Formats: sequence, C-alpha cells, structure tokens
Amino acid sequence: MFRQASRLLSRSIAQPQHTKTKVAARAFSTDVPATPTEDSPFSQSWKKVIPTIEPPKTPSSYMKPRPATASTIPTKLTVNFVLPYASQLAEKEVDMIIVPATTGQMGVLPGHVPTIAELKPGVMSVHEGNDVSKYFVSSGFAFIHANSVADVIAVEAVPVDHLDSNLVQKGLADFTQKLGSASTDLEKAEAQIGVDVYSAMNSALTG
Amino acid sequence: TLALRWHRLKIAKYRKPKNKAERRQRKRRHPPKLAKSPSMASTAAVPFWRSAGMTYISYSNICANIVRNCLKEPHKSDALAREKVHFTVTKWSEGKPEKPSTTRSDDPDV
Repeated sequence: MFRQASRLLSRSIAQPQHTKTKVAARAFSTDVPATPTEDSPFSQSWKKVIPTIEPPKTPSSYMKPRPATASTIPTKLTVNFVLPYASQLAEKEVDMIIVPATTGQMGVLPGHVPTIAELKPGVMSVHEGNDVSKYFVSSGFAFIHANSVADVIAVEAVPVDHLDSNLVQKGLADFTQKLGSASTDLEKAEAQIGVDVYSAMNSALTG
Repeated sequence: TLALRWHRLKIAKYRKPKNKAERRQRKRRHPPKLAKSPSMASTAAVPFWRSAGMTYISYSNICANIVRNCLKEPHKSDALAREKVHFTVTKWSEGKPEKPSTTRSDDPDV
C-alpha cells in the first residue's frame, strides 16, 4: 500500500496542471524491466530496523514480469494458449498463428501491433516451420503484446480431429430447424449461436 | 446553501411545499433506476446475443457446451466429466437451517 504512496502523491500534485491531457499513470507491463533495479522503500526501511532478517516477499516479487519490448522485431512469436483447465501451449516459440477473430481470420507474426481481439468460434492454427497444428476454439480472446507475446485464452479448444462430423451435421440440422421455429428473442439468439458454432465446426472439418 | 437554493427556485417560480407529501416529492431528485435493459436505445453496435438479453459469459458457455457435445467418444466423456459441478444448498428460516438439501448437479448446462 505504501509502495504506491509516492506515485499517488505525485499524481495528485500533477493533476491540476494536466486537466485536459490524459497522463498515463501506469506503465505497460511490457515496459517494466525484468528485474527490479532498486530496493523498494519498504525493504530499505526494513533493513535499517532488522538487518539480520530478510525482508518479507510481496506477491509481485514472485511474479515474473514480461520480457521488455525489444528494439528490433524478434524472429519468433511466443504463444501462450491457455484453457480454464489446461495450458495447451506455454511460452512456445512459433513463426505465426492465425486466430479466428470476430473481424475475420487474423494472422499474427512477430512484431504484430498490440491488439486485443475477441474470438468467434473457429479454427486457430499454429505454424511452426512446416508443422501446422489446428485447434477449434469455441470463443475467447487473443491478446497480442508489443514484445511479440501472444496470449490466446479460450473457454474450450479441441484439436480438429477430435470433432465428430456426424454429431456436427445432426446438430446443424437441429439448430437450423430451431432457428426457423424460434419465437422469442432469446430463443432466436440461442438458435443463431448454435447455427454459427455448428457451421464453423462443419467448415473446420471439411475445409 | 439553502438560501441560495431557495433564491434560485424563487426565480423559477418556487412554491413552498404545503405538506409532507409535497416536501417528499421535492426531495426526489433522481428518477428511479430502471432495470437494466440491454435493448435500450443506444448507437453502439451490439452483437445479436447482447441485444437479445444474453451476457458474454452465457454466450461463451453455450458455445463451449455445443463444442463439447460434438467431440468423439473418449474425449467427450472426459470433457463432460470435467465440467460437472457439485454443490449443497441449505435454506435458512428463522435463524435455523432447514433440513440440509443436498443438490448435486451433474449437468454441465446448469
């Protein structure tokens, strides 16, 4: 709490002068250096009082800060592909990934502009040399950072060969029929979601 | 200050409230908050599920359930087993719990 005191004080002093311009009060996580360069005031005052015992660690000291943004574009993209129950790819270095954003298939290369993309149900492909691995993603988000780290988080993602095409066809027929016979807004929305997801799975299996 | 407020209201044809009902009426400045209706008029483009009253989380969960139900056999039962939830609901009345009703839900759609 008191580590932030100096920052908050300087911000409140600076506030009256910068009423129109937006001052970025926080640095991006990619700009913070990997190792803390100086001892925080808390650990300094701790050492003055109790030089024999190590100062207690705070949660942020256990966190690994992100690698800083390099001045030259790196050759590889670092991908973290995580699901709520597993992490499929953890800090894997790849050449390119293609994510199914709501605005269309988006290819991400190293040095991509920082982007936050909402994903729609579709196929995410990871290209490493000549290997391409495809996952069908139900929905989620893709965060691409300035330092060529891409975090793709999905609620459910399965390799495309785990999908059963009979069930997909049956589901598509079911939901298309439901869409035709839906009455309330909510039913229509659910039917539309079903049709979207099943047709995306269909094109993933056939395409 | 109160005097200033009365002065301003006097300019706008202020009439001193006659009884408690009128005084209560005066105090109510903010209109009662409407229930959140996602289909209220706004210019932002919203996805179809949002305008039908669904939140992103429910949309995302529906999509995930659809995908899980379309898996091939060993993976499908794994996925459905992973999504099971178990919880206990106990209703309380007059400071005492009623007979604890254990509700166990194996249905991932709940």
